[in-house]
Amino acid sequence: MSLTASFDVKQNVLIVRLSGELDHHESETLRSEWKKMMHKNNITHVILNLEDVSFMDSSGLGVVLGRYKEVLQLGGEMVVCSISAPVYRLFDMSGMFKIVRLEENEEHALSALGVAS
Amino acid sequence: MKNEMYVEFSSISENEAFARVTIGSFVAQLDPTMDELTEIKTVVSEAVTNAIIHGYNNEPGHLVSITCTLDDDAVELTIKDEGIGISNVDEARQPLYTSKPELERSGMGFTIIENFMDNLEIISLPDNGTTVYMKKQLSKKTVSK
Repeated sequence: MSLTASFDVKQNVLIVRLSGELDHHESETLRSEWKKMMHKNNITHVILNLEDVSFMDSSGLGVVLGRYKEVLQLGGEMVVCSISAPVYRLFDMSGMFKIVRLEENEEHALSALGVAS
Repeated sequence: MKNEMYVEFSSISENEAFARVTIGSFVAQLDPTMDELTEIKTVVSEAVTNAIIHGYNNEPGHLVSITCTLDDDAVELTIKDEGIGISNVDEARQPLYTSKPELERSGMGFTIIENFMDNLEIISLPDNGTTVYMKKQLSKKTVSK
């Protein structure tokens, strides 16, 4: 099962919705698409919707961390939402929740960033 | 009863998914929990990715092998490459350590393996390949005691 990514821009927020399995193989295409979307639009914050991610490993974390660093440089915040139990464990174990904010769903994430959905 | 499988495949990233799905299918006969199955698929993905990216520097045309043994409710995995090896295994096992920071690696591979498995042994010498041995006792027997 491969990975599909869809992007949506709301004001200065980039919403990234992933579906499928995020491993090293999938991470390279995702990285370049994600970077392109951030640079093409005037983005400050990123919302990462992981609802349909069925598998992720440390290569997936690497891509998320890379974008987190970019968002930080833009003075923004990264919010992760709709996370599944196995991906939650991976994030928790890796200390990701110390740096990215967790919200229940996209709507909550948007309002946390001060954007009306 | 002991049951063993062996698989060998090219060092290309497409095979990361193949490897974890194959091992997942083999281990499924022990009736693991969903969590255990995810853990095993994750560690296979981590070790195979390491072999491809680090062992073989992302060069295709090499081989990665996996031996998986099921013995009662224990799963043993040996994932092997004939690549460049690791000069300092203790350093490589540290959380957040990566030899390739330019590739946006999280450096969490071995830490995740340590968390998800009961045993992890890394046998590696520079230019002599890397063998990652992992073992996990599935919960079934301990739950029913």
